[in-house]
Amino acid sequence: MVQTEMYVMLAVVLFVLGTLGVLLRRNAILVFMSVELMLNAANLALVAFARQWGNVDGHLFVFFVITVAAAEVAIGLALIVAIFRSKKSINIDELHQLKG
Amino acid sequence: MGNEFDFLTHLPAIMPEIGLAILAIVVLGLDLFLPESRRRSIALVAGIGLAALALTPLLWGPPAVPTGIGPEEQNQVLLFWGGMVRHDVLAQVFKVMVLLAGAFTSLMSIDVNGIGRKGEFYLTIIVATLGASLMSAAADLIMIFVALETTTIPLYILAGFKRNDGRSAESGMKYFLFGSFMSAVMLYGLSLLYGFTGQTNIYALADFLTSPAFGENPVPVLGAMVLILVGFGFKISAVPFHFWTPDVYEGAPTPVTAYVSVASKAASFALLLRFLVAVFPADMMIGGAEIHGFWVQLAAVTAVITMTLGNVVALAQRNIKRLLAYSSIAQAGYTLIGLAAIGAQEQSVAAVAFYMFMYTFTNLLAFAVVVLFSEATGSETIADLAGLSRRSPWLALTMTIALLSLGGVPPAAGFFGKFFLFQAAVAADLTWLAIYGVLMSIIALYYYLVVVKVMYVDRSEDESKPIPMSRPYAWVLGVTSIAVLILGTVGAQVVFDWALANASTLFA
Repeated sequence: MVQTEMYVMLAVVLFVLGTLGVLLRRNAILVFMSVELMLNAANLALVAFARQWGNVDGHLFVFFVITVAAAEVAIGLALIVAIFRSKKSINIDELHQLKG
Repeated sequence: MGNEFDFLTHLPAIMPEIGLAILAIVVLGLDLFLPESRRRSIALVAGIGLAALALTPLLWGPPAVPTGIGPEEQNQVLLFWGGMVRHDVLAQVFKVMVLLAGAFTSLMSIDVNGIGRKGEFYLTIIVATLGASLMSAAADLIMIFVALETTTIPLYILAGFKRNDGRSAESGMKYFLFGSFMSAVMLYGLSLLYGFTGQTNIYALADFLTSPAFGENPVPVLGAMVLILVGFGFKISAVPFHFWTPDVYEGAPTPVTAYVSVASKAASFALLLRFLVAVFPADMMIGGAEIHGFWVQLAAVTAVITMTLGNVVALAQRNIKRLLAYSSIAQAGYTLIGLAAIGAQEQSVAAVAFYMFMYTFTNLLAFAVVVLFSEATGSETIADLAGLSRRSPWLALTMTIALLSLGGVPPAAGFFGKFFLFQAAVAADLTWLAIYGVLMSIIALYYYLVVVKVMYVDRSEDESKPIPMSRPYAWVLGVTSIAVLILGTVGAQVVFDWALANASTLFA
């Protein structure tokens, strides 16, 4: 049986990859995918912890996170489409109309 | 929580939320069936409905807690729905606050071009209010995450609501990207807390973390705490996680800005207070490291940086919405003083609650004036407010009341708000922080008074053109300005005592 530590380490790696993606990528869709990766890193950690503790709270938590992530996808893609219509680009460096 | 589940005893704890869900469906139905000519009434239904629901936390108040019982028994009395929500005075005060914020926001959107007649706008406000209301009571890691997202996701929609307006879409996009990033970071912190303890109820976490079963290593707990505090820092726009605030506040439709600055911030403070006090209680030590002392010091340092940056940058602003954005960053800094002064126990909880209560009315008042002004003139520049006292004397007067309250000048409510906060800081041996807060409020007075000066002293060519105002706006301005004045005089002690009553149940 794989040790819980292994899962948690994998979750940390995924989380760091996601964070780096958010900070380094300039394409809004890729930034958004990196956020999803971070959420799934947390999901993996939750499931691994739930197995370790032998209770279902972690699994329950994951169901809610998946639901919330789905809602976020819907809103996020809609906003990306709105931005693309007005700017013909989804590069986040070009979001500079608001400054002061 | 008894062994058998009695539905009816659990209902009062979520009465406002049930009402909000019903109101959301009603608004959605009205949006479907009302003809274009009568759509203005959607805003009235939403506004009056939310205002009526603000009474439900008062009608179905928290259960009486017998005196002289331990924290375990207290939680048995106060936790409902399997420990998901805690029905106590803190939740009650903040629920009234966010429901009123939703009501005033709906009413001040009524004549705004592009959003006023859209049913889905009010639906989204109501859902965000539902999330904020749950946030004030959430007592479980799962509930915390779900409530936070129920508040934030509708706010992304609201910020980008005018999707054909490039600035609004950009504001929504920025809010969304930063917000989802920060909530992912926070979720990771929450998952670690669950991993360390195997529990999700925040009132069970502290006991486990200090028990021998957890071990002696404080580093993982501090790591999880920092990840979670990053998420909260974003929500309350504390420095260094404030960078989204000015852009989102400027680009979003003005009523939405008002809502974000008030309801979302107040609910986040309630949750932050409840979370930190429950999970990392006083004198918590793990392996010789002072976990409690760590966050208290962090709050003090963040308060100092946030007040400084907010106030100093606000001095240079020309756009009234950006000015209020930086002012709201500074106000978050003052409120953090109350958090740092948690050593004063109930007093600091009540100070934070009172500050947010008066800030809700004050900021809504200021933004209502900005909504009216920018709808009539299409301008958001401070210089264009010139001559407002001759154009619309009442508008200028109410804006002055709001600005004086934000600045902390009696008889407006802001004076007592700051007074209670600084009093709590002194009681918690943080006199230096209180003194720094006073100094910062003096700096802040400058930029608030500049706006007053522009309105009353500067002249403009448009002085003969009064700003048109419909009846709902008159109600919003009237009620909020009277509330600000009452909270600054006779009402201060009453509201403070209301928040103070039973605040001790927060401290296990």
